[in-house]
Amino acid sequence: MQISDLASALPARREPPASYWRDALIHPLVLRLVSFAAVLALWEYAGRIPLSPAFPTFLETMGGLGAIIADGTLYKAFLITLHPLVIGLAVSVLLGVALGVLMGLHEPSEWLIAPVFVIAQAAPLAALIPILTFAYGIGLTAKIMTVCIMAMPVIVLNTLGAVRNTPKSLLEMSRSFLASRSQSIRLVILPAASPMIFAGLRLGCAAAFIGVILAELLITPTGIGDVISYNQSVADYPKMYAAILAIIVFSVLFIELLERIELTLFRPESRA
Amino acid sequence: MTPNIAPAEPRQTPGLAPIPPVATRPIVEVKSVSKTYAGGVEALSGISLDFPEGRLTTLLGPSGCGKTTLLKIIAGLIPASGGQVFVDGREVKGPGPERAFVFQDFALMPWASVIRNVAFGLELRGIAHGEREAIAERHIARVGLKGFERKYPHELSGGMRQRVGLARALAVDAKVVLMDEPFSAVDEQTRRKFQEELLELVANEGKSFIFVTHSIEEAVYVSDRIALLSRRPSRVSAIIEPKIVRGGDPEKIRRDSAYLDVVEDIWQQLKHYLD
Repeated sequence: MQISDLASALPARREPPASYWRDALIHPLVLRLVSFAAVLALWEYAGRIPLSPAFPTFLETMGGLGAIIADGTLYKAFLITLHPLVIGLAVSVLLGVALGVLMGLHEPSEWLIAPVFVIAQAAPLAALIPILTFAYGIGLTAKIMTVCIMAMPVIVLNTLGAVRNTPKSLLEMSRSFLASRSQSIRLVILPAASPMIFAGLRLGCAAAFIGVILAELLITPTGIGDVISYNQSVADYPKMYAAILAIIVFSVLFIELLERIELTLFRPESRA
Repeated sequence: MTPNIAPAEPRQTPGLAPIPPVATRPIVEVKSVSKTYAGGVEALSGISLDFPEGRLTTLLGPSGCGKTTLLKIIAGLIPASGGQVFVDGREVKGPGPERAFVFQDFALMPWASVIRNVAFGLELRGIAHGEREAIAERHIARVGLKGFERKYPHELSGGMRQRVGLARALAVDAKVVLMDEPFSAVDEQTRRKFQEELLELVANEGKSFIFVTHSIEEAVYVSDRIALLSRRPSRVSAIIEPKIVRGGDPEKIRRDSAYLDVVEDIWQQLKHYLD
């Protein structure tokens, strides 16, 4: 008997039911559900101790969520919140990627533009919100600005890094096969940079969600921020937490969707 | 200052009859090329060298001796600090259609399928989609990758990736193929297979090959002419033309006494560059 025969003979001897249960238990989907269930069970337990009179259990929060969905509050609030979020995010993505690519390709513009974003990324920008309110009032503009200052630095700096990190050998390859500058950018640099650009976009989106909720809590209460602060002020904590939970779930789903879009449109090799 | 060194004459090597120079016209002429990198590192010092047409010439030397630098100057990827390079009688000012490059690390685009990678040079030249895919398919079959057209580089082994790199260089139908240590990142078995296939390619393709390697055995096995480079700043220390009877059994060459003598002779010459 050869070693290869032994290797192929071994798995057949294993008890099929035992391996079936073990495989099912370590299946990624099962493990993810277990992870969620553990966190929710802890939440429920902490609410029942109770940790604080202002901390509802998970089930009470679900009740509150049912209530704000049923009376249409949540739906209307989302529409209002999405307004500055979508505009701010669109501006940040378009302008941010464009600036990042420009700086990546053209070094002098990096020296000119990058320091602003490097500082912006390190600074606690929420502290600027009072100044934005002072300058732009309490309307939509100040909220859009808040979304932009939160989301743009990470998008710009990731795009810059992505373009700069194009593998040197790919650049030499495109030159040696006679690519023009614009062909190099379009066919090599941007595709090579796209995974890191998208990583920046995901971080930027998460920051934009933080920005819009900050704006709604600190400038004037509107949308989801209004649902949160109103229910806090009337001590209806299940509804307050339901609104917080809803915006977190929405943000996670949105970023997940962005990743799907990236994989479908820009990463054919990852589906092979 | 010493004047630029003229190309070394073919030497008489022990175990070999005096060698007549290869009697074809040079396709690539390197004329007293020197290269000093920013920061003052002198990589090449007045190198002059001819590369005969239709043959495979190898640049062989110790690590860091500037072989790759010279190859990239011939490719037009980096400018020389002094001297000139002529390819097919025309001076090199940058990359050109008569030269194609095979990269040490393959330089494949990970987001593009095998066929798109192979057709990339043609895509850049604006050849229509259908036509360039037909040409690419032919070259993919030629390097033994038929059936892998729609795969992506990460699905291929190292050896197969270098086949893609080779097919891409062949697809643009350049007169001169420049190969920068193309087999150094593949395993030993694949490497031997590649060397045998390379001999076939040189014999049947009618192209000129310039090959960079640090392996003495590899150089002697595949080359019609070997330029031995000294340590940095590099000069041509010897030109060797292994007169090995090719054709027939490729395995026989590795046991051939002429082959073994040339390997030994080059080793004796390179030995004193080591610490």
